Amino acid sequence: MPEDRNFPNGIPPASVGGRLAVRKTYKLFIGGAFPRSESGRVYPVLGDGGTLLGNAAQASRKDARDAVSAARGAVGKWSGATAYNRGQVLYRVAEMLDGRAAQFTAEVAAAERVAEREAGRQVDAAIDRWVWYAGWPDKVAQVAGGANQVAGPYFNFSVPEPTGVVAVIAPQEPSLLGFVSVVAPVIATGNTAVVVASEDHPLPAVSLAEVLATSDLPGGVVNVLTGRAGELAPVLAGHMDVNAIDLTGVVPDGRADLERLAAGSVKRVFAADEDWAAAPSTRRMLAFLETKTVWHPMGT
Amino acid sequence: MTGTTSADAVSWQYAPAPQERDIVTIAPTYGLFIGGEFVPAADGRTFTTVNPATEEPLAEIALAGEADVDQAVRAARTAFDTVWGPMPGAQRAKYLYRIARLIAERAREFAVLESIDNGKPIKESRDVDVPLASAHFFYHAGWADKLEYAGFGPSPRPVGVAGQIIPWNFPLLMAAWKLAPALAAGNTCVLKPAETTPLTALLLAEVCQQAGLPPGVVNIVTGAGETGAALAAHPGVDKIAFTGSTEVGKLILRSAAGTGKKLTMELGGKAANVVFEDAPLEGAVEGIVNGIFFNQGHVCCAGSRLLVQESVRDLLLERLRRRLGTLRLGDPLDKNTDIGAINSREQLDKIRELSAAGEAEGAERWSPPCRLPERGYWFPPTVFTGVSQSHRIAREEIFGPVLSVLTFRTPEEAVAKANNTPYGLSAGIWTEKGSRILWLAQRLRAGVVWANTYNRFDPASPFGGYRESGFGREGGRHGLEAYLDA
Repeated sequence: MPEDRNFPNGIPPASVGGRLAVRKTYKLFIGGAFPRSESGRVYPVLGDGGTLLGNAAQASRKDARDAVSAARGAVGKWSGATAYNRGQVLYRVAEMLDGRAAQFTAEVAAAERVAEREAGRQVDAAIDRWVWYAGWPDKVAQVAGGANQVAGPYFNFSVPEPTGVVAVIAPQEPSLLGFVSVVAPVIATGNTAVVVASEDHPLPAVSLAEVLATSDLPGGVVNVLTGRAGELAPVLAGHMDVNAIDLTGVVPDGRADLERLAAGSVKRVFAADEDWAAAPSTRRMLAFLETKTVWHPMGT
Repeated sequence: MTGTTSADAVSWQYAPAPQERDIVTIAPTYGLFIGGEFVPAADGRTFTTVNPATEEPLAEIALAGEADVDQAVRAARTAFDTVWGPMPGAQRAKYLYRIARLIAERAREFAVLESIDNGKPIKESRDVDVPLASAHFFYHAGWADKLEYAGFGPSPRPVGVAGQIIPWNFPLLMAAWKLAPALAAGNTCVLKPAETTPLTALLLAEVCQQAGLPPGVVNIVTGAGETGAALAAHPGVDKIAFTGSTEVGKLILRSAAGTGKKLTMELGGKAANVVFEDAPLEGAVEGIVNGIFFNQGHVCCAGSRLLVQESVRDLLLERLRRRLGTLRLGDPLDKNTDIGAINSREQLDKIRELSAAGEAEGAERWSPPCRLPERGYWFPPTVFTGVSQSHRIAREEIFGPVLSVLTFRTPEEAVAKANNTPYGLSAGIWTEKGSRILWLAQRLRAGVVWANTYNRFDPASPFGGYRESGFGREGGRHGLEAYLDA
């Protein structure tokens, strides 16, 4: 595991055990690919004592728009997949995550400056949350929809459908568990997501994107932007091809301006501050579902 | 049309069949309904509501200003804190059952008053608006003591004071759609009826008094846009429910930004009514007529874009034109009338402007031979053919008896054209093929899909839009969420 995470005095060691470490370049995740920001910008991500953990890509407004395009392009395939298939893909993500639990534990510990044990608990919770949501795609329609008993000779039923492209401002902390807790419910129900990762602790989200890229998740279903939420969130809130926005990661005082922007295309706006360690509920899924009601006459 | 002939339709002569108007007594003036009493506006301002079929003034209505809205919200808050909030659900249910029964008992009075104030045909107010309004209270009464089973948690709480702003197209029914679920869930209400149609809401206030509803549980503030804006902006309002145009909906959304108010929006639409070549054409024609000419087309879910498969276009249009030749336009209180009056001068101007744009942009305009009454606001049933997707009459909500006809060849093209709109409230499908209905229903981005029928409503059936047609649902278990702290 990366012993070179805790650089003394912020200076990376030349080598560990005589071998020079191979460091990772942290990039964006858009349309299933890992591009750098088109702006060429990066920003330093610091760990304990100001040590440099890496340079994260600082996404631009254009990167955000590209991510929305990628997310829009993925809506048809992902929402059109069978719920069983979506559940299997999500479960595959959990499998991949579990196999890399040690790596994520080290990354979370370094990013949030918490003890390995606490970081391990967060990673375990994040994996278990994926598993929980992996079971939902083929059940949510029965919970949220059903037949309606109308007063007439009609068969009438309501089904939940994904709203489309959902922009998500992920919470600052916990970097991994928070990210998972806001993204999994969005995509479990067939939406696609453009996610702005924790600004201060973006690296676990980028590593999670590597898991997503190798888990049979179609490109574009989850797009991860790192950078300044203050720069990216207004672009997403005002974007006419975004159907909904989750402002959970925006401080309450910062939400009003974004809600005003979101009004331009009548976006569904959701924000809920919660205890990430607590058991999740269905509300994050229901927030990004539409209800479609279908009528048909009955007769011979 | 009355006393007219057209080349391919039999000319029918109808004797007048007027509904007795004396069942309704309209007072010369009406106050605001605040804290269980009718009171004048604080600054004494009033406005006039007119009969759109005759332009005759009906009554002077108190115009609520900010001070009146504030009084109403305070009355609602007091009622919420002291009476309605703490009341057991079973008891709230009984009040709602009473209201449902009282509306049914006074149904004819409501229907006549609605037709006089709104201009809609008596057969619609009598057979649709008023029975559905009563049914809405009856349905929601049953929820009041069963909320823990609605799927919003083990002990769902009401939101508090609901500010509710409704349109003029279904004045009583929209009041019922708003008040019934709010009250069932334990909220108290301040309702703002539309400027041009306040009378049935004020009669409903009288029904609330007759039902013994505690003062302040339902408050009604009449007025225009500024009254609605004051209500939406009032800090004492916990929830805003709005039905109206997308334009005004966006203004309300912006004004509510950052307030944490719970919101539901039921906004505009530009529904596609999709007719395949294998559709039962007689039924489809009835569905098209009902889809766009019901309530003079003053319907947010109106089937205003007819998408017909190219192979049956000519046949369908021929039958549609023949059918339109039999529609009777005129006195809303005549039981034979199919098309009533346009609700207001302002709306008539808008319909005229968009229809003129349709012609100017190159679409072909057709109406059956039709004599319009000399007084009042009238617009004949109108069909535009040769419409392209870029035309304003294919993109903008006309909210009048104007149908735009477009064609398609393949089901995929029908999906693409149907969804080519920022709206997403409703859609229609006409085909005998079951698999095609389900295939298309899945792909239409619309909250309500009518297959081989159109414009059906029921309190148990969730109604509401996708995209810029708004969010939240009204009706059914789903509709309760709007009024619960879920």
